[in-house]
Amino acid sequence: MSPQKSHTPQYRPTVGLEIHVELATASKMFCACTNKFGDPPNTNVCPVCLGMPGVLPVMNRKAYEFAVRVGLALNCNIATYTKWDRKGYYYPDLPKNYQISQYDLPLSSNGYIDLPVDSQVKRVGITRAHLEEDAGKNVHDLPDCTGVDLNRAGVPLLEIVSEPDMNSPQEVMVYARAMRQLVRYLGVSEANMQHGHMRFEPNISLWIFDEAETDGGHYTPIVEVKNLNSFRALEKTVVFEIERQINEWQADSQNYRMDKMSKQNRGWDDVKEITVFQRHKEEAQEYRYFPEPDLLPVEIDEAWLKQIRSQVPELPAARLERFQKEFGLEAKLANLLTSEKSIADYFEQAVRAGASAKRAANMIQSQGLRLANERGTDVGSLGVWPERLAQLCKLADADKVSATATVAIFEAMMESEDSAEKIAQDKNLMQVSDASELESVVQQVLTENTKAVEDYRAGGKKSKKARGFLLGQVMQKSKGQANPKVAGEIIDKKVLG
Amino acid sequence: MSAKIGPEQVRKVAHLARIKLSESEVEQFSEQLSDILTYVDQLNELDTSNVEPTTHPLRLSNVFRKDEAGETLSNEAALANAPKKHGGFFAVPKVLE
Amino acid sequence: MELHELTIQQLSDELATKTVSSREVVEQTLKRIEKYDPVIHGYLEVHSEAALARANQIDQRRSQGDKLGPLAGVPVAIKDNMCTTEGHTSCASKILGNFCAPYDAHVVKALNAADAIILGKTNMDEFAMGTSTENSGFGPTRNPWNTETVPGGSSGGSAAVVAAELAYGALGSDTGGSIRQPAAFCSVVGLKPTYGRVSRYGLVAFGSSLDQIGPLTKDVSDAALLLRTIAEHDKRDSTSVNAEVPDYMAKLNEPIKGLKIGVPKEYFGPGLDDEVAEAIRKALDVYESAGAMIIEISIPRYKYALAAYYLVAPAEASSNLARYDGVRYGYRIKNPKDYVDMYSASRADGFGPEVKRRIMLGTYTLSAGYYDAYYLKALKVRTLIKEDFDKAFENVDCVAGPVTPTPAFKLGEKIDNPLSLYMADIYTVTANLAGVPAISIPCGFSAAGLPIGLQLTTKPFTEDLLLRIARMFESATDHHLPRPKLQA
Repeated sequence: MSPQKSHTPQYRPTVGLEIHVELATASKMFCACTNKFGDPPNTNVCPVCLGMPGVLPVMNRKAYEFAVRVGLALNCNIATYTKWDRKGYYYPDLPKNYQISQYDLPLSSNGYIDLPVDSQVKRVGITRAHLEEDAGKNVHDLPDCTGVDLNRAGVPLLEIVSEPDMNSPQEVMVYARAMRQLVRYLGVSEANMQHGHMRFEPNISLWIFDEAETDGGHYTPIVEVKNLNSFRALEKTVVFEIERQINEWQADSQNYRMDKMSKQNRGWDDVKEITVFQRHKEEAQEYRYFPEPDLLPVEIDEAWLKQIRSQVPELPAARLERFQKEFGLEAKLANLLTSEKSIADYFEQAVRAGASAKRAANMIQSQGLRLANERGTDVGSLGVWPERLAQLCKLADADKVSATATVAIFEAMMESEDSAEKIAQDKNLMQVSDASELESVVQQVLTENTKAVEDYRAGGKKSKKARGFLLGQVMQKSKGQANPKVAGEIIDKKVLG
Repeated sequence: MSAKIGPEQVRKVAHLARIKLSESEVEQFSEQLSDILTYVDQLNELDTSNVEPTTHPLRLSNVFRKDEAGETLSNEAALANAPKKHGGFFAVPKVLE
Repeated sequence: MELHELTIQQLSDELATKTVSSREVVEQTLKRIEKYDPVIHGYLEVHSEAALARANQIDQRRSQGDKLGPLAGVPVAIKDNMCTTEGHTSCASKILGNFCAPYDAHVVKALNAADAIILGKTNMDEFAMGTSTENSGFGPTRNPWNTETVPGGSSGGSAAVVAAELAYGALGSDTGGSIRQPAAFCSVVGLKPTYGRVSRYGLVAFGSSLDQIGPLTKDVSDAALLLRTIAEHDKRDSTSVNAEVPDYMAKLNEPIKGLKIGVPKEYFGPGLDDEVAEAIRKALDVYESAGAMIIEISIPRYKYALAAYYLVAPAEASSNLARYDGVRYGYRIKNPKDYVDMYSASRADGFGPEVKRRIMLGTYTLSAGYYDAYYLKALKVRTLIKEDFDKAFENVDCVAGPVTPTPAFKLGEKIDNPLSLYMADIYTVTANLAGVPAISIPCGFSAAGLPIGLQLTTKPFTEDLLLRIARMFESATDHHLPRPKLQA
């Protein structure tokens, strides 16, 4: 990596990531049970997802379309013909002791996503994305036994497998966050981390090379870490593994190599913040995949693909670029507004309803998002519809209310259906910008404060202070409703002539 | 040719299939399964290099249902046949993570 | 004629004209079961109370002049691998223990909708794996024609109770011949429909790409009637075909003009019992006299079908039976050491030897390194066998031949040699691999008085044609009429 020749070996992390995303359908993948997190155990279950004798699966069309939508957004090849396979292994949370998945014909493959990393574009390849059914949950904190809850069993699960294209913890995190943003943009998953909607499995190894040598270097054995369900755990795992592998390599550089040691699975210990060895790959499961005879293949034609493509919205990266160009927003603000599709939609609707882009953007940043965050909701659900936000923006743009007043008005609009203007009037927050209206107030103030008028007119040290005093008097007399800018101009004209 | 599937392999397969076998069963299965595998070897007389596999007698595709939530079982009904249960869960011997 | 001697249609006529009530019919049948079934052991479970209650209900509706279903008040039996909310569903396996299904199989709903009365659940080879019903976890069924011999299998219980007139008809399931082979051994009609004709929802899976439910009856008309009742598109079975179900009764008695029957020359090779071969030849003569053309054809890959079948079916079964793990239902050993022991020891205790053998075989052939050599190879051979049938049907309307290589064999005769038992399926597995419909109809008896069956096969979804061809034979002969003398 270092530009100058060196005889010390260099290393470069090589990370691929598998992400499991639960899709936000109303019902499960192969039965009509409710797809919902947090219900009492074994209440969203039926004979099919309990794996009772004699039951049969039937595909959820929407889950399939959701998965294709993601494939399209990741620039994948969408298979015109796919089938289902059974993946066999025994575990209490897997009711049939096989999982219906896709083995050799995934519904999408060979895609990529472009990510902004250090002001550059980093392209990460997508190996494949396929659909399967989620397993249930083993609950370990019961006395003397493990409890099995099958509410989650059969929930549609999209597995997205990346190429080992990421070369730093930072890149891994940018990728993982971009994926979360993407599936939320696509409306196919809530991607709520607390609800386990997204789980990560990084594959980590190091490329160790010596620039003085020409042998191309070698890799450390790949480590796969299973079932990480937070960004924090993902980041700590990758950082830890890189350190750990460097140490292992330094201790035994001849044997700690991919060609001499098999892939291993390690688990993340959240308390000790370390990874723990689980097993070598050769001890790994023998899954006995074979084509699922209870389900028929899926064939997608152009018309259906077109229909699904029409459901793919403008994606976050494109939208970010457009917001900067079209609305002249700074990168940071544009980033914030496009972080979630709901925020970006809200902003654009407000602009379409007549708000100026900058005013709307600032208002959303300073009021909307702050209040949404405080109330644990999203900006679109605060009760200030985009059209009403536009009203408020227009009032501010026309100097009819002050910037300070918009805070109170926005909050009042959340509780009331009245227009921004009516609220401003009711709360006496309308600014007087009409010069003829302000003229008499100014005149009165000048008449009552001849000393200050003199000081101002005299110029010099006291002048600025005197002008401020006069303006303060005008604001006071107008109960804060005078537009300070207009009032100041009138003072200047009357005093200085 | 001797046994196509020896005792060691029978034990491995039995573990994959989660069936505990006695030593006499291991012997017996090694013999019987080898007989069957020898019998099915006649399939190699057929050249199938250009033949598509039939995973399904029907040439159909795209059978879907609408994404609509329907009836579910009550927790009592779901657990009615369970050999062991605990507070709404199916209960199994401790599974170490 | 005695009441129990009636066919379903004759009984329906009697019930319709109220010469007898459904309650009387059920009571009489229960009495016969009580008397004869201890020897035959065709039933695993008889639902006496439920059947009587239902009979009363149907009698009452009839007396009120309500519109009743086509099987109103007729007592029928179903194989114990079809889920019923009434009683247990055991598949004749200890591993299912006291399992009570929380739902009814599609065919059970269809029978109930037709106002049939389900008498109980019939014995079978455990998980439908076998050709003699000796693999039942609850003791074998005996052949009513000779209780020293097997009734065939795996639907041995269903065939036996129909032959012994302990039910007016029954449902069985057929993965490699499990309806047709016992039908032949017991001298009843047994029909395996086209794959996809009848919903498998609620049929406990054995070989999912092969399994099909069908009727076992005293004659072809009853088979048509029962098939008409259960054949229906079902949204819960993705492999159930959404195609119109013809009225199989409509033209049943019209012979097919210019009928061409193909007889595969390969079927008459070594291994076929002389008496069976003779009975089949005579049956073909009957067709010839009725104006049919008998044509020698070839199913060149026929001899490979059994090998392909014994790879495909166990592979699917090994996966289908993985769910019997003692977690959610069924048998679990006492005090397992850990959760892996709970699986391995429960499955070791719960499954019988034949089921274990097939799970082992299927697990092996699906495992890494063997998949291509065995499982994939078998799927490719399956394609070739399908092609053989497609080609045959280009020239003939129907393929005819034996159902079994021999008549019923003695209990215990083959139980120690699995491969020789598998050979009993040699003529029947082709229809399952190809997915075509096939029927077994009685066509005579051996010198020892054991029944022999004739097998007919037609193109997919032409059960109407198949039934008419079968009916042609039946109307020209009396082979279907004799009934066994029962021992109390």
